[in-house]
Amino acid sequence: MRILCCVKRVPAPGAKINITADGQDVDTAHLGFAMSPHEECAVEEAVQMAERFDGEATVLTLGPPEAEEQLRYAASLGIHNAVLLSTDGSPWDPQRTAAAIASAIGSLETEGGPFDLILFGNESADSGGYQVGIRVAHALGRPIVNAIKGIDPDLDAGTTTAKREIDGGFELYSLPMPAVLGVKEGLNLPRYPTMKGRLASKKIGVKVLEASADEGGQSRVRLKQPPAVESNTVKLGDGPEAAPAVVDLFEELGLM
Amino acid sequence: MADILVLAETEGSEVVEATLEALTAVRSLDGDVHVLLVGDAVDADDAAEQLGAYGADTVHVAESDILNTFGPEAWGQALASAIEELSPDVVVASGTSKGNEVLAHAAARLGLPFVANCTVLPAQLADDDEVELTRIQWGGSLLEEARLAAETRIVSIGHHAVEAEASGGPAADVETIDMAIDADLARTQAVGREMAEAGVTLATAPIVFGGGRAVGSAEAFAPLEELASLMGGRVGCSRAVTNNGWRPHRDQVGQTGTRIAPELYVASGISGAIQHWVGAMASKKILAINTDPEANMVTKADYFVEGDLHKVLPAVADEIKRRRS
Ligand SMILES: Cc1cc2nc3c(=O)[nH]c(=O)nc-3n(C[C@H](O)[C@H](O)[C@H](O)COP(=O)(O)OP(=O)(O)OC[C@H]3O[C@@H](n4cnc5c(N)ncnc54)[C@H](O)[C@@H]3O)c2cc1C
Ligand SMILES: Nc1ncnc2c1ncn2[C@@H]1O[C@H](COP(=O)(O)O)[C@@H](O)[C@H]1O
Repeated sequence: MRILCCVKRVPAPGAKINITADGQDVDTAHLGFAMSPHEECAVEEAVQMAERFDGEATVLTLGPPEAEEQLRYAASLGIHNAVLLSTDGSPWDPQRTAAAIASAIGSLETEGGPFDLILFGNESADSGGYQVGIRVAHALGRPIVNAIKGIDPDLDAGTTTAKREIDGGFELYSLPMPAVLGVKEGLNLPRYPTMKGRLASKKIGVKVLEASADEGGQSRVRLKQPPAVESNTVKLGDGPEAAPAVVDLFEELGLM
Repeated sequence: MADILVLAETEGSEVVEATLEALTAVRSLDGDVHVLLVGDAVDADDAAEQLGAYGADTVHVAESDILNTFGPEAWGQALASAIEELSPDVVVASGTSKGNEVLAHAAARLGLPFVANCTVLPAQLADDDEVELTRIQWGGSLLEEARLAAETRIVSIGHHAVEAEASGGPAADVETIDMAIDADLARTQAVGREMAEAGVTLATAPIVFGGGRAVGSAEAFAPLEELASLMGGRVGCSRAVTNNGWRPHRDQVGQTGTRIAPELYVASGISGAIQHWVGAMASKKILAINTDPEANMVTKADYFVEGDLHKVLPAVADEIKRRRS
């Protein structure tokens, strides 16, 4: 079984996200980088499926050369192959991103055969466009369902079941493979890299391809902060002695 | 005058509240409001009355057997066909999971851009081929002004970005559109459901007791469980907790977890990282229990108890039991 997952390098901010002076990007001067938690689950799922079905798992990212960090992180968890679609790091719109990813998948499949499953995050952590996976699936002519929190392939039948999170439960789907899924955090509990995994990830070869596609119809003008939250925090007390004040608050709010 | 097409999202035999939000949002645009109602699960005349009361002029019913249960690909094709047939200037849905999904499918089919999760719909959206839109990034921690250039402008309005408000309009006209949906798109139709036990969920609980990394272990959530059960609430948690395997992911509050909106959110041992905050900020009131008075959760909260959660929470439970006995 061949599995591909697509991840995006994003800054990992703490209490506040700062913006650069020209408003074009998040100020990453003091930040680390990560991928969306949804995509971490896609990577974990790909590793688990490769283990279960004796398959091969590949990770792909479109971004600046530094995005190799996210590819190596995925490799440290057990992903076998890594592909970097290299850009200059400026923000790419969703149509352009999807077109470049779809054409790269085309060439990867010409070389190595089709991917039975391609996993995307439900949405990217930063831009949250809710569409790159869907556009890629259309370009490849494959089925896709989003918001998936459970996957169970049946290789003999050539299908996979997929559980979509809905309010109060799950909706079930059964897709023919090759298929594409947009997954959400909660799909699994991602593992942490082991020392052995970290060492191994330093040695894997990253295949670098030049990303290329035409610009789409959406472009960034600037980023800005949402209206500030003003709060005059009222201190109810210190330690366990504050308990009566807390329960008074419950009463005041009609919660008792 | 412009034509606006709104996608109706349905759940069982009802149009969902989020669609009424979308209809409220498009009132800032000057145009005829068309609604696409997909499949036969919702009675068209009932829908015409309800949607008319929120400003719809015409309800177009997309008819085809394959559309009667939700399937993102078939619904996407239905919307794309309706766009080709009605040539609207603007296409809108609420930015729910399925709303964004169906818009993305239609946009992919038609080779059009799609701008997700706008905070408002400016009047120019109906009038100009090129427009600046404000949209949500990072689950709401940041905003982006984006330019959209397209003859047909496909956008979603962020879920809960506007409150649904009736316009008091008359029942909408009903028209049917026969749809030729590709039979093989049945491959992504929902084939069944698995529902959890009924009761208050994290999203609907009146009080949520959230615990963060400082709780320290799965067992140490016992006092939060006790408080939730005493108060008819639910236990929530931060991602640090789910990552450690102390709680299931369905308890996680935040950007990649659940958005909560209780009367009171009691956040214990949670620092208030921006991705946690966006899931908690719709709470009516927030009480932070933390050893650090400078923690982001504390400075944004309405109330604060300074101290060790392991001592404060059992004392609160004891006080509740004392007053009730
Ligand atoms: C793209 C992305 C998405 C994310 N999505 C989410 C999400 O959906 N939900 C989420 O929660 N996080 C999310 N995160 C993670 C988030 O950035 C934080 O890492 C996480 O919320 C921190 O959890 P915490 O507050 O429990 O832990 P910490 O940040 O470690 O905070 C612990 C707090 O406990 C306090 N404390 C210590 N001891 C005690 C004590 N004895 N009593 C009381 N207080 C004490 C400390 O002062 C501190 O404030 C996301 C991250 C990324 C990058
Ligand atoms: N630059 C990128 N490189 C690789 N995958 C991406 C990129 N951008 C988006 N994706 C994938 O597409 C999903 C949806 O992204 P979006 O449409 O931006 O919400 C993400 O969760 C990723 O899996």
